[in-house]
Amino acid sequence: MKILVTVKRVEDYESKIKVKADGSWIETAGVNYKSNPFDDIAVEEALRLKAAHGGEVVVVSAGGPAATTELRQMLATGADRAVLVKHEGFLDSDTAARLLVKVVEKEKPDLVLMGKQAVDLDDNQAGQLVAEYLGWGQVTFASKLESLESDAEKKGVPGVQLSPDKKAAQVWREVDGGLEQLEVQLPAVITCDLRLVKQLRYAKLPDIMKAKKKPIEELAAASLGVDLTPKVKVVRVEPPPARQAGIKVPDVPTLVDKLKNEAKVL
Amino acid sequence: MGNILVVAEHFKGKLRKASLNAIGAAQQVKARAGGEVVALVLGKGTAAVTQEVASRGVAKVLEADADALASPLAETYAQVIAQAVQASGATYVVAAATNFGKDILPRVAGKLGAGLASDIVGLAGEGANVLFKRPMWAGNAIATVEVATPVKVVTIRPTDFPEAVPSGSAPVEKLAVDPTSPKTKFLQFQEVKSERPELTEASVVVAGGRGTKGDFKPIEALADLLGAAIGASRAVVDAGWQPNDMQVGQTGKVVAPKLYIAAGISGAIQHLAGMKGSKTIVAINKDPEAPIFQVADYGLVADLFKALPELTEEIRKVKG
Ligand SMILES: Cc1cc2nc3c(=O)[nH]c(=O)nc-3n(C[C@H](O)[C@H](O)[C@H](O)COP(=O)(O)OP(=O)(O)OC[C@H]3O[C@@H](n4cnc5c(N)ncnc54)[C@H](O)[C@@H]3O)c2cc1C
Ligand SMILES: Nc1ncnc2c1ncn2[C@@H]1O[C@H](COP(=O)(O)O)[C@@H](O)[C@H]1O
Repeated sequence: MKILVTVKRVEDYESKIKVKADGSWIETAGVNYKSNPFDDIAVEEALRLKAAHGGEVVVVSAGGPAATTELRQMLATGADRAVLVKHEGFLDSDTAARLLVKVVEKEKPDLVLMGKQAVDLDDNQAGQLVAEYLGWGQVTFASKLESLESDAEKKGVPGVQLSPDKKAAQVWREVDGGLEQLEVQLPAVITCDLRLVKQLRYAKLPDIMKAKKKPIEELAAASLGVDLTPKVKVVRVEPPPARQAGIKVPDVPTLVDKLKNEAKVL
Repeated sequence: MGNILVVAEHFKGKLRKASLNAIGAAQQVKARAGGEVVALVLGKGTAAVTQEVASRGVAKVLEADADALASPLAETYAQVIAQAVQASGATYVVAAATNFGKDILPRVAGKLGAGLASDIVGLAGEGANVLFKRPMWAGNAIATVEVATPVKVVTIRPTDFPEAVPSGSAPVEKLAVDPTSPKTKFLQFQEVKSERPELTEASVVVAGGRGTKGDFKPIEALADLLGAAIGASRAVVDAGWQPNDMQVGQTGKVVAPKLYIAAGISGAIQHLAGMKGSKTIVAINKDPEAPIFQVADYGLVADLFKALPELTEEIRKVKG
């Protein structure tokens, strides 16, 4: 089983995000960067699949040289190799997808695991685009039927189930109104939702040392024959509309009075 | 001048309400860019849905009713939608940003070489130059984006567009389809059955967080009285206390009811991203510093296990 996992470096969701005064972008000074949380889940799932079925896990990122930090971290947690598609500046999800496709064509994995959405642009489309451009099947929003408190989860059993001949995977996914199970022929793209994995593994110090020696292959985005003009351009950004500050009420009867006579929602 | 194709979504033989908002959004695009709104109904056994859509102020309905469309697989649905884009001469493709729309529309964009603006909350720009507004960074910023391709694909956030009102009766045209066989197969569906209104469609939502410690009884009692849907934070859903379908937030459902009551929810930005468009927000939390109070119209610092039953009682009294 060769699994390719995509990892995007994004603003840490715990950092305070503020729009720049000129509306050109967000303030990046003082903001921490991290791997996209959904990609952490994808990497963990890949490592579980590797533990269960053997094989290789290759992590790939498209972005500036800083993304080597996240790739190194994935190498320390257990990925075997890393590829950085170097590109400075803005990448829309479509361009990122077409760059990632080039790496997939070169690496020929049996499975591509991606996050369902990157928490910077919140686009939720790169995985579907990669599948479309490759002509592959997709399972988006991969999840689990059983609770994240289950024994299987505690033992780190992967949510993606492979058929005995390893030519197909059965996957539960989140849909409106519940969960559905799909079977997809491999190779395929699976995008991971939050409830696919609860416990992420963390790198141990010796692994962090070892990861420093693991190779990170670098490819220049401009050398891959992909048109790098974004299809979706960000014209400007602005802060979200502020909500009028409310009041604290001292007790339940006051609350009910306000809801009935002021907000008129009862 | 191109037309606007809107993809109608249905569940158990009924049009999803979110699709009415998608038609509403398509009508806004039409008012700006011209063209006609053409709706596409695809699936198997679509007659009733087609009738409903035809009565909602669209110029035409394309109906693709075929065995091959029995389950909404992204590969086949994207083929048929792309075919309908050609058939209708559309330059805009609109669908609701439900899990269905999020799954399928990117593949449609990929097929058409089009850019996709996902989860848009409004239109911007001047005249026929239609730009789109969409939240990024969990709603910490609202971006204005330009889709710089001849065909523009969007998924719309239902809470931010008006529902198309009943009007007229559009002609229906059959679309003959023969999609190539997909590499995915539907196996089974585990429905979350509930007697309560659908979370995204309810006018009142009572939501619980980790503060409930998994005991949703006080929440259910209040929801029953108010005819409300039940919502939850991610902490609750991850713990398995409530099904995933109840998660409100950046990566769950986006709701904008007239009344949202949050009990035992701290108000993380990812949760706020899914509910701060609600008309009136009530927060009940025992921590006076909880960030949820920054968006609440009415905040009550209290233990939810005391406050919720009391609230239920008081509301029962005023409702008589
Ligand atoms: C990528 C990503 C996506 C996410 N998406 C979402 C999302 O879509 N939706 C979402 O909700 N979260 C999401 N989260 C998680 C989010 O960051 C928070 O962790 C989560 O919302 C916290 O849930 P909570 O408020 O229930 O729990 P907590 O933060 O633990 O808050 C519990 C609150 O209950 C109060 N409390 C405790 N006991 C009582 C009592 N007896 N009476 C009254 N109050 C009490 C406490 O004071 C506290 O404020 C996401 C996180 C990430 C990283
Ligand atoms: N520049 C990138 N580098 C690596 N992976 C990416 C990049 N952009 C998007 N992805 C992957 O695509 C997923 C969905 O992203 P998006 O559609 O942009 O929200 C993310 O979780 C990543 O796994």
